[in-house]
Amino acid sequence: MKHVMRILAAGAIVAALSVGAPGGAAYAAEKVKVGFVYVGPVGDHGWTYEHEQGRLAVEKAFGDEVETTYVENVSEGPDAARVIQQLARKNDIIFTTSFGFMNPTLKVAKRFPKVKFEHATGFKRADNVSTYSARFYEGRYVIGLIAGKVTKTNTIGYIASFPIPEVVRGINAAYFAAKSVNPAVKFKIVWVNTWFDPGKEADAARALIDQGADVLMQHTDSPAAMQISEEKGILAFGQASDMIKFGPNAQLTSIIDNWGPYYVARVKAVMDGTWESQDTWDGFAPGMVEMSAFSKRIPEDVRAMATKARDDIAAGKLHPFTGPINKQDGSPWLAAGETASDGDLVGMNFYIEGVEGSLPK
Amino acid sequence: MELFFLILQAIIIAPIPLIFVAIGELVVERSGVLNLGLEGMMILGAIAGFSVTLDSGSFVVGIAAAALAGALAAGIFGVLTQVLMSNQVATGLALTIFGLGLSALWGQGYSGESTAPLAKIHIFLLSDIPIVGPLLFVHDPLVYLAFALVAGVAWFLTRTRAGLILRAVGENHDAAHAIGYNVVAVRMAALVFGGACAGIGGAYLSTVQTPFWVENMTAGRGWIALAIVVFASWRPGRLLVGAYLFGGVTVAQLHVQGFGIDIDAQYLSMLPYLVTILVLVLISHNKARSHLNAPACLGKPFFASA
Repeated sequence: MKHVMRILAAGAIVAALSVGAPGGAAYAAEKVKVGFVYVGPVGDHGWTYEHEQGRLAVEKAFGDEVETTYVENVSEGPDAARVIQQLARKNDIIFTTSFGFMNPTLKVAKRFPKVKFEHATGFKRADNVSTYSARFYEGRYVIGLIAGKVTKTNTIGYIASFPIPEVVRGINAAYFAAKSVNPAVKFKIVWVNTWFDPGKEADAARALIDQGADVLMQHTDSPAAMQISEEKGILAFGQASDMIKFGPNAQLTSIIDNWGPYYVARVKAVMDGTWESQDTWDGFAPGMVEMSAFSKRIPEDVRAMATKARDDIAAGKLHPFTGPINKQDGSPWLAAGETASDGDLVGMNFYIEGVEGSLPK
Repeated sequence: MELFFLILQAIIIAPIPLIFVAIGELVVERSGVLNLGLEGMMILGAIAGFSVTLDSGSFVVGIAAAALAGALAAGIFGVLTQVLMSNQVATGLALTIFGLGLSALWGQGYSGESTAPLAKIHIFLLSDIPIVGPLLFVHDPLVYLAFALVAGVAWFLTRTRAGLILRAVGENHDAAHAIGYNVVAVRMAALVFGGACAGIGGAYLSTVQTPFWVENMTAGRGWIALAIVVFASWRPGRLLVGAYLFGGVTVAQLHVQGFGIDIDAQYLSMLPYLVTILVLVLISHNKARSHLNAPACLGKPFFASA
């Protein structure tokens, strides 16, 4: 038995060595190698699923010219740095697709100056680290408008993940929009402290529905809340990808993240040698954020209003955060007609006036 | 009042998967084996239950498949640790990783599908009792099965000869062996039972609580079940208390947030775990007492020649 183990171990070492043989390196020079680090499983039907669609778009666009690899279910702890480092040894460009990968990405990037890194939703950059994100809040403004109009109990349930600017921005945008069309509207916000735990997301959805919410929004990644909404006969908005399969009656629309065009452009830049560190923050206009088909359950006039808001945002005619807006404590944030600066939005760590409850720190 | 009722109703079903997984592991540990592969068996049960329910259209067949999948995984663990004498802790961890990987592979064709949730059973007459009736006697059949299992295990361990033998094997396998009991056979049986329970627990998640399949959907519940077994000091009755304490705090904290009560959400998220740790410390601070509770041969390898 021991003997067999030793032979197997020897075999494994030989196999490992042969991967790094010169023949392999020559092969690599012809292809651009692209790595992806995902926080959840590719089959989550939400956030990671859409990044995976982006990876597939890269493969489709370049065919044999690229070789892509992904590692899924990478937790946002110390393990992330190890995974990113492993990928950095073999790839030319690496996309790290969750906020919590920010510091591990920068740490590894320092050690691999020739490798390009792209970090999603972060705010720290380096010569070989770009950041990119989508203006999801534009989509959240649109769903806020719809929610304010369709709610009968005037209570919107919001399942939030972590109190980071990205999520806070979404809450504020949706609330501001809902309030603008329905002054009586209230948001009940529940923080579940996870991006992905279907059981817990379902529990949160049940709790919110039990407390009178008849429209649910979520900033977590599984379709659990959508499914519970369908079961309980209320309305909901999907997150990150189209969740219509889980809520054929419940889903009003979904905010869809469309990463494909960006990933293709950045990989192309590496091929052409034109890649530079930059910060990209796109919304409806270039199609990085999209809305899935509006449900028939949204009244005609509301659908028209939502469509117009989306088109106006895309055309630059409407900014979701246009003053006057006060912060939750009543202190002024934006004067009448003033729009929020990107700097304010990136670091947003406060609720706007009218949102109830205190923001977890 | 209405809301209070709804909260109680949510609390009753929230820890059902934990109860299934934990009661199985309790029997396994009482027989002297530590199987850390709960998460792996649970997730295998989740995908088996979901995929078979979807394909066969029968919930009963799906649950049976889940139990079978969990039992098979536990059987592999049993052969490795009881016959081939591999280390129980390492093998259990390997089983968890194996289960997560295999379930992901198995589930590839099933993501994006969903089944109808299980119908509830109204127990004749009892469900007509005001308040208590709808609270306790209108649930899906698996809720009743979970309670029946806990009661059955309690009865089995304390009131039957087979239960006595199982406990004897867990307390002192050498003595049990000397009297003529087949230690390995008893432990294999316990493991298979534990695996089947874990499988059903996983299936409850994937076919009742959130009827769809996504990878990793158990999200660490197997480990919590493990903690609940220790929390219960290996007694079925206390296991229910532990599961409901954990599940109750989990559901209650979501409602507290919904009410807008001003407590940081992170503290609330910590609460169920904090309570579990606190109780673990309380019950194990007295060394003599905690030794009295734990099966004496827990996790120790058994060599028939000794």
